[in-house]
Amino acid sequence: MSRIAARFAALRRVGRGALIPFLEAFDPDRETSAALLAGLPAAGADLIEIGVPFTDPMADGPIIQAAGRRALRAGASLRGTLAMVRAFRTADPETPVILMGYLNPILSYGPEPFARDAAASGVDGLIVVDLPAEESDLLVPFATRSGLDVIRLVAPTTDDRRLPKVLEGSSGFVYYVSITGITGTKSATVAELSANIPRIRRLTELPIAVGFGVKTPAQAAEVVSIADAAVVASSLIATLAASLDEKGHPLPGTVARVLADVAALARSVRGARAAA
Amino acid sequence: MNEIPRPQPASPNSLRNGPDQRGRFGAFGGRFVAETLMPLVLDLEAAYENARRDPAFRTELDDLLTHYVGRPSPLWHASRLSAVLGGARIYFKRDELNHTGAHKINNCLGQILLARRMGKTRIIAETGAGQHGVATATVCALFGLPCTVYMGTTDIERQKPNVFRMKLLGAEVSPVSAGAGTLKDAMNEALRDWVANVRNTYYLIGTVAGPHPYPMLVRDFQSVIGEEAKAQLRQAEGRLPDVAVACIGGGSNAMGLFHPFLDDPSVRLIGVEAAGKGLDSGLTAASLSRGRPGVLHGNCTYLLQDDEGQIREAHSISAGLDYPGIGPEHSWLHDLGRVEYVAATDEEALAAFQLCTRTEGIIPALEPAHALAHVAKIAPAMEKDRVILMNLCGRGDKDIFTVAEHLGVTL
Repeated sequence: MSRIAARFAALRRVGRGALIPFLEAFDPDRETSAALLAGLPAAGADLIEIGVPFTDPMADGPIIQAAGRRALRAGASLRGTLAMVRAFRTADPETPVILMGYLNPILSYGPEPFARDAAASGVDGLIVVDLPAEESDLLVPFATRSGLDVIRLVAPTTDDRRLPKVLEGSSGFVYYVSITGITGTKSATVAELSANIPRIRRLTELPIAVGFGVKTPAQAAEVVSIADAAVVASSLIATLAASLDEKGHPLPGTVARVLADVAALARSVRGARAAA
Repeated sequence: MNEIPRPQPASPNSLRNGPDQRGRFGAFGGRFVAETLMPLVLDLEAAYENARRDPAFRTELDDLLTHYVGRPSPLWHASRLSAVLGGARIYFKRDELNHTGAHKINNCLGQILLARRMGKTRIIAETGAGQHGVATATVCALFGLPCTVYMGTTDIERQKPNVFRMKLLGAEVSPVSAGAGTLKDAMNEALRDWVANVRNTYYLIGTVAGPHPYPMLVRDFQSVIGEEAKAQLRQAEGRLPDVAVACIGGGSNAMGLFHPFLDDPSVRLIGVEAAGKGLDSGLTAASLSRGRPGVLHGNCTYLLQDDEGQIREAHSISAGLDYPGIGPEHSWLHDLGRVEYVAATDEEALAAFQLCTRTEGIIPALEPAHALAHVAKIAPAMEKDRVILMNLCGRGDKDIFTVAEHLGVTL
C-alpha cells in the first residue's frame, strides 16, 4: 500500500479528515524551507504538499506567486526540491509528500528520470496543474511505473459527462478545486461543497481533498466534514511572508509562526466530525 | 477575396492539414491548461467547428472585413526600396492599412463573432505592443461588450498611445507588474482572469499560441492575408513570389501569410524573430533560434528557458515580439524545415524602420521592421526578376516615441 493510501486508511479508522498544508519549496530559502518541512508532521500535517517553484504559475494568486519568486531567487529548482524531500525522508518515513507544480520543469528534467528520481527521493504523489487528462500520457505512464500516484484536479466546471474521464487514471486521492479561480482568492461555500463532493464520490472510491480558498481553521473543519482532506496554502504562506524582514529574509520567529498556524488548523480539523 | 476560408487541402500529404484531433502539429501544440479551463476549451473547439460550417458566420465576417476593416488590403510594389536595395522586386502586403493599423483586427472580428455565438458577455485579452489590445477594444466597442486588456507595465510605458487608444475605446487596461512586465506576464494574468470568470468570459487570444483550438482558429482568421496576397501577386506578376517574409513574435501575421503558400514548394518562406541585442547577448526574443521545446501558456512549443525549465525573460525593442515562446505550428514548420527562421536585432530593425520611411513614405511598426531588416539582407543578392513578398503587418505611429528615444531625439 502506498504511503498516501495507508495514511488515508489510518485516518478513516480513527474517523477524522486530513490536514494537508502546502508550502513552496525554498521559500524563503533552502534552510528555512527544510526546517518548516521537518516541523510539519509534529505540528499536525497528515500529508504534505510541496509547491515546485515555476516562473509562470498561471493558476496561482499573488501570495503563491510571491512565494515562487522568493524561492527562485533563493535558487529553487526541481532537483533541489527532490533533495529536500530526500532529507525529510531520512527523519520521517511515513508522512506522504506530494509535489505540486507545473509541467515545464518536469519536461525539462525528463518525465522518465524525474518519476524515477522523485520516487527514489521519497515523493509519493504528483499534482501537475497544467496537465489535464487529455495530455496525461506525457507523464502518467512513467509515474505509474515508478509507483507515484498522479492526483487529478476536478473543478466546478468539470461536469458529470467529463468527470469519469478525469477520474480514470487518478490515484492517491482526488483534488477538488473548490472555486473557479486562482489560489488564495475566493472561498467555496458549504452549500457548494455539499453539492459537488457527493457528485465526485459517486464515481470514485478515492479520498477527496478540497483546496483553493481554504484559509481558516473553521473553514478547514467545514471542509473535512464534507470531504476527506483540506489543503491550506495561501493563508500559511501569507503568515510566512508577514514574518520576513523587508528584504524577504527569515527572522528568528518565522518557522515557529508558520508551524503555529499549522497546529491551529490541525486542532480544528481533528475536532471536526469525520467525513462520511 | 473577402472570405476567411478554412484551408481545404486536397492532398493527405499537405502541410495545411494540421492540427490533429489533439490539437497537435507534430509534437507541438496541445491543450495544457488547468482542469477548470479544460471544459471551456473543448466548448470553444466545438463552437468554432460549428461556426466554420455556418454560411451565415462567414457572410457576417466577410461583410465586416470588407466594410469595417477595409479588406482586401493593397499589395504595394515598393519600387524605390527595391531600387535602393538593387536586387529583387519587393512587394508589401499592406495590412498596416487595416482599420486599427495592424493585422490583429482580422482575428479579433472572427473571435468576437464566436464569443457572441457562445453567449459570452465579457471579453479579456492580453497585449504586448497594444495592437491586439486596440483591435480587441475596437471590436468590443463595436459589439457593445465590456473588455479588459492585460498589459505589462513595461509595455504600457513604451506603448502609451495604444494604452490611451484602448481607454478611449472603453476598455479597461489592467497593468501587470509581475516578471519583466511584458507580454508573457500579461498572458499569465489573462489566464488567471479567465479561470476566475470562466463561465461568462471569452478570452480573445491575439496570436497563434495558447491551448488548442486557438493556434488553429487564429491562423484560419489570419490566412486571409496570404490568400489575398497570392491572388494579388498573380495579378501583378502572373506568378507566385520567390520568397515570402514576415516577422514573428507569437507568429500570427507570419502564419497568416505563410499558410496559403505551405504547399507551394517553390516559395521560400522566411520567419524573422527578434534577436534583441543579439542572439547570444542573453537579451533576445528568438525562441526558435535560442530556445528548446517545452510547455507554457497551454501549448507545447519552442521556449526560451534555462536548464531547469524556468522560462527566461525575452528582450526586444518591439513590444509585439517580446515573448519567450512562439506559436506551435511554427515550431513544427521549423523542425520540418519548411519555413526558415532567422533573426534581426533591435539595431537592424531600427535601420530598416528608417529605410522604409524614407524610401517608401510608409512608417512601419517596429515588428515588421524586423521582417524588412531581413529583406534588406537578402534582396541585393537576388536577381532583378525575383519577387519578395513581405507582410507589412502594422503601422509605426505607436512606435515613434521608442524610435525617437533610440535616435536620441526628445519629442
